[in-house]
Amino acid sequence: MAELNQDSGKGGKGGKVRAKKAGGKVDLTAMVDLAFLLITFFMLTTSLNKPQAMDVAMPDKNKMDANDNLEIADNRSITLLLGSDNKISWYYGQLAKPIYPPATIDYSKEGIRQVLLKMQKEVPARSGGKDLIVVIRPSEKSVQRNLVDILDEMKIVDIKRYMISKINGDEIEVLKREGLFND
Amino acid sequence: MGKAKVKRASTSIDMTAMCDVSFLLLTFFVLTATARQPEVLVVDTPQSTTPDKLPDDNLGVISVASGKIFFGVKNPTVREITLKNMSQKYSVNFSAEDYEKFKQLDEFGVPIKNLRQLLSLPNEQRKEGIQPGIPVDSTETASNELYSWVQEARKATIEYNRSRDGEKDFVDPGPMKVAIKADADEKYPTVNLIIETLRNQKQNKFSFVTGLRAEQ
Repeated sequence: MAELNQDSGKGGKGGKVRAKKAGGKVDLTAMVDLAFLLITFFMLTTSLNKPQAMDVAMPDKNKMDANDNLEIADNRSITLLLGSDNKISWYYGQLAKPIYPPATIDYSKEGIRQVLLKMQKEVPARSGGKDLIVVIRPSEKSVQRNLVDILDEMKIVDIKRYMISKINGDEIEVLKREGLFND
Repeated sequence: MGKAKVKRASTSIDMTAMCDVSFLLLTFFVLTATARQPEVLVVDTPQSTTPDKLPDDNLGVISVASGKIFFGVKNPTVREITLKNMSQKYSVNFSAEDYEKFKQLDEFGVPIKNLRQLLSLPNEQRKEGIQPGIPVDSTETASNELYSWVQEARKATIEYNRSRDGEKDFVDPGPMKVAIKADADEKYPTVNLIIETLRNQKQNKFSFVTGLRAEQ
């Protein structure tokens, strides 16, 4: 036992004084501790720093005819109007004669996700087996977080057909009426 | 013979090998870690549960925060070719020194006529405050500089990939990917302008840069 940091516990009965051997073992525990701490730090900073990429695909733009809108069966589509204050107004069918009129909900698990799950089951029953189409219409008062949240929700609920499209005047009126068009 | 000595079991373990291994690993991680330069435009991205990671190369990033738009291409060589093309398109001349500096510039947010001025500043003075953002509008003309930057960067990527075609072990990564790194509280109209700018040049696929959300 010739470790440098240890007191030799043999000094009990005034025995021989041993000459200390030079160049014995050094206790490396602290050094290993430090090295592992640094390893952990570098591992975490390199891999966790990489941001996520959420892929978005938009339809090809028809530059010839700006009013070239795709016709969708009323009973297949629900429309989400992204308003201010982190709230959504949603309706089912056409705005002029909705199957479900506009209602306000939020982005939480209990809010939009329940609606999407419910409609995902209800729509095929109503439209003869065809799946749900979600139309996302961000208003100018909504923020990027809202858009990312709703796209994330599409992934979580596993909705195959959805699109981001432009909001129109009537729908802005709906948001104003529901008080979701504030700065 | 004297008394048999009871051997005391030693409590200390030889740490030498463990120390060697841990420092080897440490060296590896230090060397592979890329030094991150502080971002000029600080963007607080929203969070999502998307598992996909943002690629490191072959990527152009459009950053948006408080209405300002910044643009940056990851690959330095592609950056240089992009600036060459832009210099022709907008008839703004750059010196060889400017090109060298532009290769080091991760992202910028100035109109092209002010780019030389920005490059002449030392690195630490290129603060966000003096960069007004890249001009963007809903047109496809020269006034929409972001449109030109993205388009020239895409062309430059193709040119660069083609020039490397003969190299050993080179796999063409395909066309440049575009990512939008928008602040969580950025209003939709600015984001929409960028999306429309991309769609106008048939760049219909792009990514939103987000942080990772742990729970669903």
